Amino acid sequence: MAERTTREIYLGEGSGTGSGSQHLYVNMGPAHPAMHGIIHIVAELDGETVVKADVEIGYLHRAFEKECERGPYNNAIPYTDRLNYVSPLINNFGYASCVEKLLGIDVSERCKYIRVVMSEISRICDHLTCIGASAMELGAFTVFLYMIKAREYLWELVEDVTGARLTISYARVGGVKADLPEGFGLKTRKAFKETRQVLEEVGKLLTGNRIFMDRMVGVGALSREETIAYAITGPLLRAAGVAYDVRRAQPYWAYDRVEFEIPTGRNGDNYDRYLVRMAEMEQSMRIVEQALDALPGGAINVDFQGRPMDPASYVDLGKQGKTEGLLLIPITLSPNLQGLEKPVHHQVNVADKRVVLPPKEETYGSIEGLMNHFMLIMDGNGIRPPQGDAYFAVEGANGELGFYIVSDGTDRPYRVRCRPPCFPPMAALHRMIEGEMVADVVPSFGSINMIGGELDR
Amino acid sequence: MDGQSALLRLTTTFGGRIIETHAYRGDHTAVVERSALLDVLRFCRDEADLGFDFLMDLTSVDYLKYPGREFGPRFEVVYHLYSLAHNHRLRLKVRVEEDDARVPSAVPLWPVANWFEREVWDMFGIRFDGHPDLRRLLMYEEFQGHPLRKDYPVNKRQPLIGPKN
Repeated sequence: MAERTTREIYLGEGSGTGSGSQHLYVNMGPAHPAMHGIIHIVAELDGETVVKADVEIGYLHRAFEKECERGPYNNAIPYTDRLNYVSPLINNFGYASCVEKLLGIDVSERCKYIRVVMSEISRICDHLTCIGASAMELGAFTVFLYMIKAREYLWELVEDVTGARLTISYARVGGVKADLPEGFGLKTRKAFKETRQVLEEVGKLLTGNRIFMDRMVGVGALSREETIAYAITGPLLRAAGVAYDVRRAQPYWAYDRVEFEIPTGRNGDNYDRYLVRMAEMEQSMRIVEQALDALPGGAINVDFQGRPMDPASYVDLGKQGKTEGLLLIPITLSPNLQGLEKPVHHQVNVADKRVVLPPKEETYGSIEGLMNHFMLIMDGNGIRPPQGDAYFAVEGANGELGFYIVSDGTDRPYRVRCRPPCFPPMAALHRMIEGEMVADVVPSFGSINMIGGELDR
Repeated sequence: MDGQSALLRLTTTFGGRIIETHAYRGDHTAVVERSALLDVLRFCRDEADLGFDFLMDLTSVDYLKYPGREFGPRFEVVYHLYSLAHNHRLRLKVRVEEDDARVPSAVPLWPVANWFEREVWDMFGIRFDGHPDLRRLLMYEEFQGHPLRKDYPVNKRQPLIGPKN
């Protein structure tokens, strides 16, 4: 038997002879340092070129849709935090708005503006993370650190409002958990100043950078037609030259009352996606600034006589029937209920007793409030939308985030379907990487900004 | 064109093959006969005044325990369409029986249907005729049952699986 070459030992008989080569199969992932997310790509390689790729997902499946069917409507809100865990607020509001559509109620003006503000802050966080991580994978570690620094300023804002950084659970069906804290506008402007500075620095580091452009321009491109055929929305669609944005096409909340532009690209490649995301962050900041200026309700004045009481004494007075003037006395709420005092409760929540829990002052101090509270909490009595179904779409950071909810008239959703924005791009990932080099898989995959939580649900 | 006239357009073209149409909370829905599904989808995509170029979402609902529908067709496959040019949406539904849970595949019309349909097969066990590669998408190959069916217990255990080879 003829001596086997090293090549034959590794690649099997026949390689290196005849036509010269055979294809090599490489498994990328599920856990791989170049993959910021758990997915599995089985790539068939010819040399360094990807000939065929099979993308496998599902490693982060947690039965989101099944779990939502088990509890009352508001119980699904913590699960929606974990869909897109980089911009959880948008998921929260999207789900709550879909239930509100089923109920046929309209939230208060102030609540709409708060939702706009918080959604846009989340969108900036999401884009910062996406660009930072993609740049890091191409070797630009500085950019990642700068971006995370800016994200930290924004997450502090989120923490101020919601009390948490990631698992925020801030939306409620019919409103939000709490009003914006004092001095929020000022803090936001400070954070935006820092963010703008970071974006300027990053722009100088990346936009026009020779190495960065060599890796990004013309890589991972999808044509306009193919992008639409794959139902890809968000920055990837806009990078291909289609100015579709749910915020503009079918405005919800207060998006029809703020001015913003929809940045678009031309080539649909990774570089255009990067440029679109950079431009969108500036637009988001514009939206937040306008929304904060226009925030209805103005400053929140708490103007009551008498000192705040602790809840226990409050309940005691209520039980003893000493209710005269009781409801005018403010109550010291635990820190996780701050921003939901009686004077602001109606500003951020819809005035519908079938949907929103009453302010704690009424629950503790009056029998009507207590009954209202229990009617919403008791099993089988909570929010009960009439039988029917509704689809509601918001513009998530990665594209159209849709919720499709079917109600059977009980207090639990019969079916909750989430249309994750990064699902269609992942279905098209093989089209972006086939025919390109192995090293190009990394920026193309990064440009999708895959979020396992919403992809696998 | 608004949703109502889109529905009208469908009913005048397809007549009895559109089982029913309705609008609820601003969403317009047409329930389509299974045999007409591909024709209706193609019509929606290609007619200039409908122009539904996006298959935004494809999912399914199991109506096994829905009050009043326990005996009717068990599943509904739901298509959400969106038109970029006209900025309108439409929902199409196809009802299928449990013992004949098959729907023609929409992959020839929209490539994104490939993964959507794989997910529906995975979660509900509905087969898509003509699908090029109907494998499970989110669960693993050895998974038994279809978890989003209403009769799949939420605490059901799955058999342990070993390495393939």
